[in-house]
Amino acid sequence: MHGNRFRHNFLTALLLAPATAWLVVFLVLPFIAIAVFSVGERAPEGGYQAAFTLAQYANLPARATAFWNTMLLAPVGALACLLVAYPVAYYLALRAPQRWRLILLALVVIPFWTSLLMRTYAWMYILGGRGIPALLALVGIEDVRLINTPGAVLLGIVYGYLPLMILPIYVSLERLDRRLLEASADLGATPLSTFLGVTLKLSLPGVMTGFSLVMILLLGEYLIPTLLGGGKVFFIGNALVDLFLQSRNWPFGSAIAITLVAVSVVVLIAANRISTRVSGARRVDLI
Amino acid sequence: MSKSYRDGLPISPENFVDQLMRLKRGSIGRRDFLGLTGLGIATAVMAREIGILPTPAFAAENLGDRMSIATWPNYHDPQTFENFKKDTGVAVEVNVFGSNEEMLAKLQAGASGWSLFVPTNYTISTYKKLGIIEPLDMAKLANFDGKSEDSRFTAEGTIDGTIYAVPKNWGTTGFAVNTKKLAKPMTSWKEFWDTAMAEADGRTMVHDYQLTTIGNALKYYGYSFNSLKQDELAKAEELLLKVKPHLFAVSSDYQPGMRAGDAWMTMCWTNDGAQLHRDIPEIAYVLGKEGGEIWTDFYAIPKDAPNKPAGYALLNYLMNPQVAVKEHLANGAPSTDARVNKLLPKEVLDNPILYPAADLLTPLEFGAAATLTDPGRAELMARFKSA
Repeated sequence: MHGNRFRHNFLTALLLAPATAWLVVFLVLPFIAIAVFSVGERAPEGGYQAAFTLAQYANLPARATAFWNTMLLAPVGALACLLVAYPVAYYLALRAPQRWRLILLALVVIPFWTSLLMRTYAWMYILGGRGIPALLALVGIEDVRLINTPGAVLLGIVYGYLPLMILPIYVSLERLDRRLLEASADLGATPLSTFLGVTLKLSLPGVMTGFSLVMILLLGEYLIPTLLGGGKVFFIGNALVDLFLQSRNWPFGSAIAITLVAVSVVVLIAANRISTRVSGARRVDLI
Repeated sequence: MSKSYRDGLPISPENFVDQLMRLKRGSIGRRDFLGLTGLGIATAVMAREIGILPTPAFAAENLGDRMSIATWPNYHDPQTFENFKKDTGVAVEVNVFGSNEEMLAKLQAGASGWSLFVPTNYTISTYKKLGIIEPLDMAKLANFDGKSEDSRFTAEGTIDGTIYAVPKNWGTTGFAVNTKKLAKPMTSWKEFWDTAMAEADGRTMVHDYQLTTIGNALKYYGYSFNSLKQDELAKAEELLLKVKPHLFAVSSDYQPGMRAGDAWMTMCWTNDGAQLHRDIPEIAYVLGKEGGEIWTDFYAIPKDAPNKPAGYALLNYLMNPQVAVKEHLANGAPSTDARVNKLLPKEVLDNPILYPAADLLTPLEFGAAATLTDPGRAELMARFKSA
């Protein structure tokens, strides 16, 4: 008995070791380094100089605008993504013919094989003066400027993050027991109230997963606003890049990074709570 | 007969690297873009860590078979490195970077792996102070001739009589104007900023770079490009905040916008100005008559260079005027070396973008080391960008 349990525990530990080592080396240690940096000082020529001070955290208001812009971009971007993704996921899971489903799903995922950077750069040319505006000029609509506008940034975000939103919603809709929909209809519910009361409600865990996934990634986004927004709006991601690579104020950058991680954790917990309260805890299985 | 794991991949590693290199060489290879996206670092890391970039091993007695150089995008004649490999057996791995600050950040972090790199004038004293570079052993650089160098461009490579870096080429920072869209002739930074808020509303780009964007805003008032004075910087900030809502973009990747006609006017470095004008003649390059920046890029060898003999060998090779002239024809930047200028074709020497009239050069200033590391200017730039 004891020998067996020991062997079992040993095996578990052995199997978990690579993942644990990975997390310690690539997550815990860098995180500790950043935490240590964040209470240090910027060396006169840039970089890090040992110290113990909370001055970097006290200086956070200097990037208040960046925090504010990010707090606005993340939920708005995630919401826009959701509005586009839900109908797609709904069609894929409940309406698309079975034999097409896998192909359509693959089409959703395939863009991920190319880096987001390349795809965003492609949008720069599509929206730039020799792209769509040039086509519009052919039909007499002159001097349209699409690139470097808030709309271009929103488009880039929806485009870039769409698969991350579609997939979890698809999964939750795909598991939906269709008999619930029939039952709802039999009991006299209109299609709209069936959708709101059954379909939407049961897919909420997927919606919340997609929403928090996209929102957390958006908290660190800097590429799309820079390339499609002309770098005119400053997000936390931009502030971090500048602080580490340009002004080399590593301690201040670290303090901002720690704050961003803290905010992300709060967002995750909140999303999880909401998701559980709304539907997760009361999942009904007929069988 | 065994099936390679690569068969199942959507794109082979070699093919991916080819694609990446092609993109890097193409019109998107601007310094800032590479810095922004980390493409430069990505290729550098891949080359060293994954070993999928071609680095054939050549036997050579004391130079080893490979070395790496950190430099700027589109800055060398690729043939130069091929020829060097033929002559010495040393394969050169080229890492391209987005900014001096990024290079400094990498060298400060340590173990960069470079045996030669290309810093700009105002960084050299900082590298020396931090002990990152060491004096050059001039005995190993027989091709360098200090007497043929224009001392105006070479001064900052020498600190207290010791040579730490030798020049590659020089250039200026002015602005490019699409004269079809903005017909009014412009000659000053004052006109640049005023036009940005009027005729070029929504069509003007400034660098995402504190040195030049703040420096050229200071020039509006005739202050020094390098000013660190509180009151002068406050005036520059006031101007920048006023102009911000009228800008097309804050970005150093300005060629795509100018080429597409979305942007009509941009802050611009010599090389880009020459390329834009060559391809689109109506784009003119202007040096502000109040002054602005003049710069020299140097070669230096890091103290922790893993292959110093090869670093010196390549540097000496690059100092050969016959080699250097091809470098200048490839990257379009003017030379500091009289021996090279003698070999350059007349139309290059007569190009006013590359070799401006002397009276335009007189008021230009070299960027200062203090400007590079000043936290106050960095914060001003952050306020400008977040406004």
